Amino acid sequence: MTLSIVEIVVLVLLGAASALALLRLWIGPHTADRIVAADTLSVIATGLIVVFSLLFDSPLYLDVALLYGVLAFVGIVALARAIEGERS
Amino acid sequence: MKLLADLFLVIGALFCFLGALGLLRMPDVYNRIQAGTKAVTLGSLSLLLGVGLHHPDWWSKLLIVGLFILLTNPIGSSTLARAFHRAGVPLWQKGGHGT
Repeated sequence: MTLSIVEIVVLVLLGAASALALLRLWIGPHTADRIVAADTLSVIATGLIVVFSLLFDSPLYLDVALLYGVLAFVGIVALARAIEGERS
Repeated sequence: MKLLADLFLVIGALFCFLGALGLLRMPDVYNRIQAGTKAVTLGSLSLLLGVGLHHPDWWSKLLIVGLFILLTNPIGSSTLARAFHRAGVPLWQKGGHGT
């Protein structure tokens, strides 16, 4: 599989975005920063899976992206509920 | 058409990168929510549009994924901000302690 210039640029940018979000997830001073970083990382990963469906030329990856988005949303809302009930 | 699709793909990846950069640079949890949600939502929708211009016969699944991102991402971030505010996460002050 040979990649064109545009695909290489897109993959490098998305990889850099994932690395920056992972860095915030790692060094985040509080739990809130880490949860926000995980939220952003889940959306970036959804976009990355959609790009994979273009690269591998298979629409099956779109189902994977949709399922990943659903599970990430449920997880984020559950974490928000847990934080809200923690100190209130 | 191919050129337009490539343009949308690069714009989407650039917005995702800028959103993650804002997530790293912003001084506060609430500012980080703004940077990390708005820019990344726009970037993901632009990526979906680029893939849809490359393969127009996948439009139904791409539309479902795009509508889902457009609906749930603001809901998730607003729920997070509300939870942080109720749990007592302080706001950032310029020149304050939390830089």
